[in-house]
This record gives sequence, C-alpha cells and structure tokens, in this order.
Amino acid sequence: MKRIAVGLILFACIAFSVFAKDAQPASDDPVLEDRVMNLAKELRCLVCQNETLADSRADLAVDLRNQIREQMKAGKSDKEIIAFLTERYGKFILFRPPMDATTYLLWFGPFVLLFGGLLLLFRYVKQRRELILEQPLSAEERRRAEALLKTSGKETA
Amino acid sequence: MSFDLLTKKQMRYVIPLILFLGLVIFLAIGLGRDPHEVPSPLVNKPAPAFRLAQLRDPSKTFSPDEMRGKVWLLNVWASWCFSCKEEHPLLVEAARSGAIPIYGLNYRDKRADALGWLGELGDPYVLSVSDLDARVGMDYGVYGAPETYLIDRNGVIRFKQIGPISPDVWQKTILPLAGELNK
Repeated sequence: MKRIAVGLILFACIAFSVFAKDAQPASDDPVLEDRVMNLAKELRCLVCQNETLADSRADLAVDLRNQIREQMKAGKSDKEIIAFLTERYGKFILFRPPMDATTYLLWFGPFVLLFGGLLLLFRYVKQRRELILEQPLSAEERRRAEALLKTSGKETA
Repeated sequence: MSFDLLTKKQMRYVIPLILFLGLVIFLAIGLGRDPHEVPSPLVNKPAPAFRLAQLRDPSKTFSPDEMRGKVWLLNVWASWCFSCKEEHPLLVEAARSGAIPIYGLNYRDKRADALGWLGELGDPYVLSVSDLDARVGMDYGVYGAPETYLIDRNGVIRFKQIGPISPDVWQKTILPLAGELNK
C-alpha cells in the first residue's frame, strides 16, 4: 500500500513537471528583450539583494523589468532609465558603484594599500642593503689583515 | 603605556596588530549595518505626486496635494505583509493619540483582503488608497512593506522608515521631527 502511494506521488511529480513550461518572454521582440535583460543584469533586486533584476522572480523585479521594457519601447536610453531608477531606489540598485565622494575609498582604497605596501617594501629592502654594505676597514683591522696575509703567504711558499 | 618603551623590533609586531584592529573596526561597522536599510534618495525631495482611488470608497480619490500645509505620515502596507502586522498596534495607538495623521498606501494588495485585514486589526488610517499595480510604490522607491514617509507642510519627504516603526523610532525620531515641522 505504502509502495503504491509513493509510486503515485512520484508519478504525479513527473506528470506535473511535464506541464511546467519555461517562462515566456514578455515581448516577442528578441532584440528589445536582449536589451532589457542586459540592463537588468546590471541592476540589483532590492528585495533579494544578491540577485540581479534579470534573475529575480520577486514581484518588484518583474515590475521593474516591465518598467525598463516600457521605457525602452518609448525610446529612452539606458542612461535615462538608470537615472529613473536611481532617483527612486538610490545608487544601491547599481551593481557597479559609480564614482563619487561616498565611494572614493572603495575605488581608490586598494591602490592606496598597494602603493603603501610597495613603499614599505622598498624602504625595508633599502635598509637591508645599507646593512650589508662593505664597511671600510679601520687602521687596526688593516694591520691584522696584512699580518694574516703575510703568514698565509709564507705557508704556501 | 608609551610607545617609547617599544624597541624597533617590537614595533614590527605592533604594526600588524594595529592594521588588524583597523580591519576589525571596519568590519564591525560594515556587518553591524542592516543591508535592507538602503538610504533613500527621496529624503528631502518633494513627495511624488499621485491620485489614487480610496480603499473604502473607490469612487473617491486622494492625492498628496490635498495635504499641503499639514505634516502627515504615508504608511505603505499590505495584508500579505508580515511585518506590517507587527507594526500595526503601534500605528493604531499613534492614531488614537492623534499626534500625526496617518494615511495608508495599500500596496500590491487585493481590496477584499485589505478591508478584511483592517476589520480584524483595526484601522489607524484617516484613509487608505489602493496601489494595485504598484506604480505609485515604484515612484516612492518602495521595495519592502512596511515603509513610512514623514511629509512636511510643503510636501517634502523629511524622513523615511524602512521596515516596521519601532516604539524607539516613533518616540525618538518621528514624534520630535513632526513636532519641529509643526512649529
């Protein structure tokens, strides 16, 4: 009995998955649809924040995709549409942060760290080099060295 | 403790520690923030205009223009919205106190569901309007109900709360700000 029930459930799953269709694109113009999706990939879905507007199934994302499509049909440029969206939802909707006073640290921070690190590295290397520079011999050391050289000369002779 | 006590060699161990502490501070600030609280670009901008049918009597409309000269709250709500339910008792209490008139924007909802919800939980709104296709919500940058806008006499948004209003936000932010705007 249990087996039959499980079998029925499995059959139902398969049967229903046959009915499941891919979502139809909302417009039959593939060029426009491409443009909508390309722009939507650059934009964040604010409901599920790590998804793009292109990927998200949230109602808001569907609405915003429709909005983008309508505005494109009305002849608006990508730039104008992005301006429309950032006026309402803020710059957070953009996956590529624009360069402005609030994002300078984000844009330039890594380079500052890189050059700071390089600077420290060069200073360190230079210091090390100075440490191993040849020191001129003092008069006392020179006498000792000469004495040593003389004795070794005798031995080899 | 003074750094004079540290030799150059010891400093070599202290510098990474300082860098690490800096990193910890940055992460603590970054992780402590709620990523769902996105700063709204609409604060200190005029509230977007609209004219929508009223929820209770769809033959009548409402527009924010009618609120010129008043300080008021626009609260975005929906019967499907779980956090709205959480916020609701505070709004009912606030409406009873009469401190600030509260208007509702019933967002992406069904009329029958919305009316049932108000009937069950009480209606704190002077009136609600129906934003069935979420067009007005889009103009207001709504991405998660509840959201609340405090609008001044000139129709400028002065504060936006994303998510439910906590008693703390009500007492310490909204009430004082509304009092100041009403002066």
